[in-house]
Amino acid sequence: MISLAGRDIMHAWGKFVFTGVGLGLLIGVTLTMAGVYRGMVDDAKALLDNSGADLWVVQKDTLGPYAESSSLYDDVYRSILGISGVARAANITYLTMQVREAASEGGRDVRAMVVGVVAGGPGEPGQPSYLVSGRQITRGHYEAVADIATGFQLGQRIQIRRNHYTVVGLTRRMVSSGGDPMVFIPLKDAQEAQFLKDNDAIVQQRRRTAGNPAFNRPGVPDLLSQVIASQSTNSFVNAVLVQIKPGVTAEEVAEPIRRWKRLQVYTRTQMEGILVGKLIATSAKQIGMFLVILAIVSAAIVAFIIYTLTLGKIREIAVLKLIGTKNRTIAGMIMQQAVGLGVIGFVVGKVAASFWAPIFPKYVLLEPGDAIRGFFAVMVICVLASLLAIRAALKVDPAEAIGG
Amino acid sequence: MADNLLIGEHLAKGINIEGLRKRYGEGDTAVDALKEVNMRVAPGEVVGLVGPSGSGKSTLLKCLGAVIEPTAGRMTLGEQVIYDNGWKIGDLRALRRDKIGFVFQAPYLIPFLDVTDNVALLPMLAGHPNAESRSRALALLQALDVAHRAKAMPSQLSGGEQQRVSIARALVNRPPVILADEPTAPLDSERALAVIRILNQMALQYETAIIVVTHDEKIIPTFKRIYHIRDGKTHEEAGEGRPFE
Repeated sequence: MISLAGRDIMHAWGKFVFTGVGLGLLIGVTLTMAGVYRGMVDDAKALLDNSGADLWVVQKDTLGPYAESSSLYDDVYRSILGISGVARAANITYLTMQVREAASEGGRDVRAMVVGVVAGGPGEPGQPSYLVSGRQITRGHYEAVADIATGFQLGQRIQIRRNHYTVVGLTRRMVSSGGDPMVFIPLKDAQEAQFLKDNDAIVQQRRRTAGNPAFNRPGVPDLLSQVIASQSTNSFVNAVLVQIKPGVTAEEVAEPIRRWKRLQVYTRTQMEGILVGKLIATSAKQIGMFLVILAIVSAAIVAFIIYTLTLGKIREIAVLKLIGTKNRTIAGMIMQQAVGLGVIGFVVGKVAASFWAPIFPKYVLLEPGDAIRGFFAVMVICVLASLLAIRAALKVDPAEAIGG
Repeated sequence: MADNLLIGEHLAKGINIEGLRKRYGEGDTAVDALKEVNMRVAPGEVVGLVGPSGSGKSTLLKCLGAVIEPTAGRMTLGEQVIYDNGWKIGDLRALRRDKIGFVFQAPYLIPFLDVTDNVALLPMLAGHPNAESRSRALALLQALDVAHRAKAMPSQLSGGEQQRVSIARALVNRPPVILADEPTAPLDSERALAVIRILNQMALQYETAIIVVTHDEKIIPTFKRIYHIRDGKTHEEAGEGRPFE
């Protein structure tokens, strides 16, 4: 028996291909939406992976440096280093802000997550785990390592607040959970950047402090200068990243920190839960809604196309039924056409998504598993969408082929 | 003499219709489309069925084609009773496929199948292998002088060629009866007569009973027997039996 669906598709291939391309672009958008979600999850995992930490020590009753603001004294890490099972501990700050190229180099603004790290070698918690060019930060001030997504070049001068930094190294896939590329600078500079006020504000603050009789006592001449000095320094960090020794579990180290230091400690699993379950949960639901709507729209389009194509063949279907074609042969023809349309659409959609995903400003991760699931979803949608057309075809009276 | 012999010997193997009735609706709105239809067509015979619009021609054709169910009467195809106040055949679809050929006013060829497959589709639907089905189709196309267009698509054929292909499709399963619904309507006189000639040749060659529904004045004189249908009743009369040329 010949394939009626195949012959029909070959006979009107232009119509099928163009319709398939249209459907494919829609499927491409659907796959891309799934890729955006996967990219967000991957960004979150990359953020945790790249921190090089096994434990995150943060302000008590907060969700940590990525989900909520957290503030710890910058000497806390010393006491953590003394806890059994801790291999390394390092302060870290995170601040999402606009980083500017130096005015002489264009003055372009880039939204980035500025990470304050303790200068040191590879493997130090918080340091970028690898570089694609240049070197790590080795000086205490005014050096930066930037993710290549910022567009900064090696040796370029960039401005954060009022200070200028030289890009000494470039790294890759170092992004915040929101997908912003990271710029690493020395911890002291980052602490200053977090609380640095403009000159007018500093003058105002000094004037207010000097005007406060509690700080400006005639009998204590150094008090005012000490208070002002304490106001212009920042001794806080957002978190302490901890690496544990081999053979020790994260919970074994976390427990004494919680108990004796009265700080919040998160393991890798808990931190991943916060990032995926809380930070990007709303975005995930948003994308999920889009996926559902796109699936419904795709189904409606396939149903409409197949229904229209079937209505265009009512006379042929009546003739086929009159000359003895079984209902299941006619239903099979329509269903195969719908599936054929879905296959064309899926191939076009996959190619389109692979083509345009790298152009997106944020990371879009197209997973093979999603593609396979998407393929089966498209097939199911096409089969369901063809039911309307099959119903119409089966209702065709073979008598329609005979005039009168 | 030859005609009488044909009718006498083969009548029992053709199609016989006795007292066929068809009523649409019920009660006050009931319409009797067919009131008393009696027909006999022998194998190898081509008869005309003529009548004005609304006389019941199409209803009769649909009943004969097992597309709608008559209300009463009896129909036999060859020696098989297919209707006797109710269908006597379970699978009407198979009956239409294997025992009844259809030729329509427009050829209604399947546009996405080439000429050969348009004809070969019926034996394929009946379960015959593709090669055998195509071989049978090609033989018929040869007989109908359209074998040279075997690979063409229907849209590439002339009206006359399309109609010959539809005749080949009607004949390919060697049905005992062919129902032709105004097969010459879209054709000019020459081509209309050519189609009737072909139908007569095929009827004789394949021993098929052919009923041609028509009100085409050009071809009515060619029939040797004509059934007139008026107000749902048939009346038989002898035709002129003019030569086709």
